Amino acid sequence: MELLPTIWFIAIAVLWTGYLFLEGFDLGVGMLMKLFARDNTERRVLLNTVGPVWDGNEVWLLTAAGATFAAFPLWYASLFSALYLPLLVVLVALIFRAVAFEYRGKVDTDQWRTRWDWAIALGSFFAAFGVGAALALTTTGLPLNANGDREGGPLAWFSGYAVLGGLAVVGFSLVHALAFLALKTDGDVRHRARKWFVRLLPALLLPIAGWALSIQFLEGKPWTWALVLLAVAAAAAAWTMGRKGAEGKAFIALGAFLALGTASIFGAVFPVVLPSTLNEAFDLTVSNASSSDYTLGLMSVVAAFGLPLVIAYQAWTYWVFRRRVSAAHIPEAHSFLPAIAARAFTTKG
Amino acid sequence: MDALDALEIARWQFGITTVYHFMMVPLTIGLGLVVAVIQTVWHRTGKPEYLRMTKFWGKLFLINFIMGVATGIVQEFQFGMAWSEYSRFVGDVFGAPLALEALLAFFVESTFLGLWIFGWKQLKPGIHLACLWIAVIGSVFSAYFIIVANSWMQHPVGVEMIDGRPVMTDAWAVFTNNTALVAVPHTLFGALAVAGGFLLGIAWYHLWRRRRDGVDTVGVDGKVIPGDAADIPGRDRDDHKVWIRSLRIGAVVAMISFAGTALTGDLQGKLMFEQQPMKMAAAEAACHDGTGFSVLSIGNLGSQNCDDIVALIEVPGILSYLAKGDFTTEVQGVNSLLPQYKEAYGTHLPDNPIYGERAGQEIDYLPVMEVTYWGFRMMIGFGGIAALAALVALWLTRNGTVPESRWLMRLAVFGILAPFGANAAGWIFTEMGRQPFVVAPNPDPNGIDQVFMFTAAAVSPGVTAGELLASLVTLASIYGVLLVVEVKLLVKYIRGGVVSAMPELVHAPIDENEDATPGPGGPGGGKPADDVLAFAY
Repeated sequence: MELLPTIWFIAIAVLWTGYLFLEGFDLGVGMLMKLFARDNTERRVLLNTVGPVWDGNEVWLLTAAGATFAAFPLWYASLFSALYLPLLVVLVALIFRAVAFEYRGKVDTDQWRTRWDWAIALGSFFAAFGVGAALALTTTGLPLNANGDREGGPLAWFSGYAVLGGLAVVGFSLVHALAFLALKTDGDVRHRARKWFVRLLPALLLPIAGWALSIQFLEGKPWTWALVLLAVAAAAAAWTMGRKGAEGKAFIALGAFLALGTASIFGAVFPVVLPSTLNEAFDLTVSNASSSDYTLGLMSVVAAFGLPLVIAYQAWTYWVFRRRVSAAHIPEAHSFLPAIAARAFTTKG
Repeated sequence: MDALDALEIARWQFGITTVYHFMMVPLTIGLGLVVAVIQTVWHRTGKPEYLRMTKFWGKLFLINFIMGVATGIVQEFQFGMAWSEYSRFVGDVFGAPLALEALLAFFVESTFLGLWIFGWKQLKPGIHLACLWIAVIGSVFSAYFIIVANSWMQHPVGVEMIDGRPVMTDAWAVFTNNTALVAVPHTLFGALAVAGGFLLGIAWYHLWRRRRDGVDTVGVDGKVIPGDAADIPGRDRDDHKVWIRSLRIGAVVAMISFAGTALTGDLQGKLMFEQQPMKMAAAEAACHDGTGFSVLSIGNLGSQNCDDIVALIEVPGILSYLAKGDFTTEVQGVNSLLPQYKEAYGTHLPDNPIYGERAGQEIDYLPVMEVTYWGFRMMIGFGGIAALAALVALWLTRNGTVPESRWLMRLAVFGILAPFGANAAGWIFTEMGRQPFVVAPNPDPNGIDQVFMFTAAAVSPGVTAGELLASLVTLASIYGVLLVVEVKLLVKYIRGGVVSAMPELVHAPIDENEDATPGPGGPGGGKPADDVLAFAY
């Protein structure tokens, strides 16, 4: 087994784990804007728990995709072109979500806010679902020909695994967001989030467990089965901690669940990065899809410095904004228009 | 050719999404640098007008920034989605700068900008300012990495062909590609030009409005007498300083950046004459070898038959200067270059399935001359107009305010668009001028042989024209709607003036010794974490 491609396979798994861990809760918070928050103040509480960090979280996605391009160009090319329409949905969802975060508070009318709330909630849902579907399909396979191109038209990628993977990331994001809100807010939101967390955790983690288990039945190795068992234990721990009100521990245990679950899935499919459902000979693997050792070596050196640095300053950001947010902290919507623009408009002419 | 041609749709999509993305990005980079400098001045001097400038321009910066972020993700994804053959061919060398951009630049940019937006009270003033600088430097690095990637498409270096694919053998060569080293400053000056025009136009509007409303008057000596509008928060004498300083900063930045784009553009042109001679011949719409630069050519540029084109006004020697730095060297025209290209890279596309129905077709080495000829001239023209306008603006505002003329104000506001136009024209020129190649060959005899790719081979073979059309229509309509939303929001905040970015001014005492504005030691100076939310969405 070649060393550098294997290292980069692990690195990409780590980047996806980082993405799902971090953006997981802000995608979930986005969906909870419509499912959980009861009024505008609560929605703003939710929004401001992720306000300073969601954009930094999203860069994990760009880095995961960019690293896949650089380290496994054939994997990147085949996966992204085969999943053309679902990734278009992800892009549209991410565009609306990003713009909505920034623009929602910029006009003080209910109609404006409601529209952007939907953009955040639906954008978060479709982004989570689409990313989940894409990740599931890269583990279960796509109808690729010898050149790595999709056969069978625009919807040939569709399978039950796409739905399972989509639900897996949506479900995980929701439960992760509830844990995050319990940790990051105060007052009524905090208590409700904790209650929802305990009540919904088993159901919401079911699809991701289903995905991990089906991969194990298809490709599992003893050590990846062991990881699944550990992941289940971590989920149980998260649930217990949540019941006890140990919010920080619950959040960390859930993170451990994610890391173990992702490792069990990526570990099981290794060394295949994207199987072909048409012919096993067309499978993309860490050896036949990777860049040269020179490129991988260069990237390894940079990542060895760069990634710890990213983790350090992002951790610092979370520390800076560590305080809990509650309804009492939300300032009034700031409407400057009556003050100055009224005059600007009336004196026109 | 089918009615629906996947390659053509994919090219339109890449062009539209990239030009759009590059409307937001230069403003982000340029305005980010300007705001960082202004906040630094505030940090040093504590003068309230600089805080107001930081807040106001910072607010507009953020409204625009997010659009650059949102549309940037599309850029990274569409190489794989629509151009999978391209991605497979270049991945070993092209993927690295993209991955490094995300890892080393974009993480920095988005994380530290989040700290800056929300950290006004949580961070000490010096650290808060440093966060902005770090984010801005991140955006500059981001530009560097992207241009390294693009420059490799213009001028491939640092690779060897192994099994039909370029494999990176010299990262130093890739990351110090001379094409990139001149394109980076050229692009950064282009970004600053956008910021300069933006400041100038908007500040002009506010100064004009203060005069129109009678807040500012002009004394007998012609000099401005700044006033206070007691009934409107924020429209005091400091407000006048905000706008006149912004206007002057904008004008100076616009002029410096035009000089910068001209100097770097000249270097870039000289490289381009060596590296992509056909692009420059097409920029000139020149059939025959010569020394003259065409100011106006007539004839049917669209016919792609260069003997139809007559240079109506031509300045002898200038073309030689652009290419070689003297006034006499003959520069090769299209007619001399075509046979050379055919000999080096073939007359017909190979009979290979990756060319789809284009396999075996004759290759047209001449870029679309209407686009290259006018793109080149619009780039220079819009840039020059903006710089000239900035000079005139400095003269007209020498007495501390703007003339009363509504038309001049409209012109200044409209002029904001000129540097945007110059940027778009320049990129359209250089990308269209590279055709029919997506990776242009490197003609240096000591360089690498046969590392090039025709655009016709680059598109995703498995993706249908219908999918591409669906995404083109979807993205173009969403981008259209979001452009309207962004511009409306910008207009709203611009009209609102400083108070739109500083609600605290509404409650501030409005008198000469206004002191509600905290000095640099002020924001959170005492108890940093007192307010959980210094800023709230």
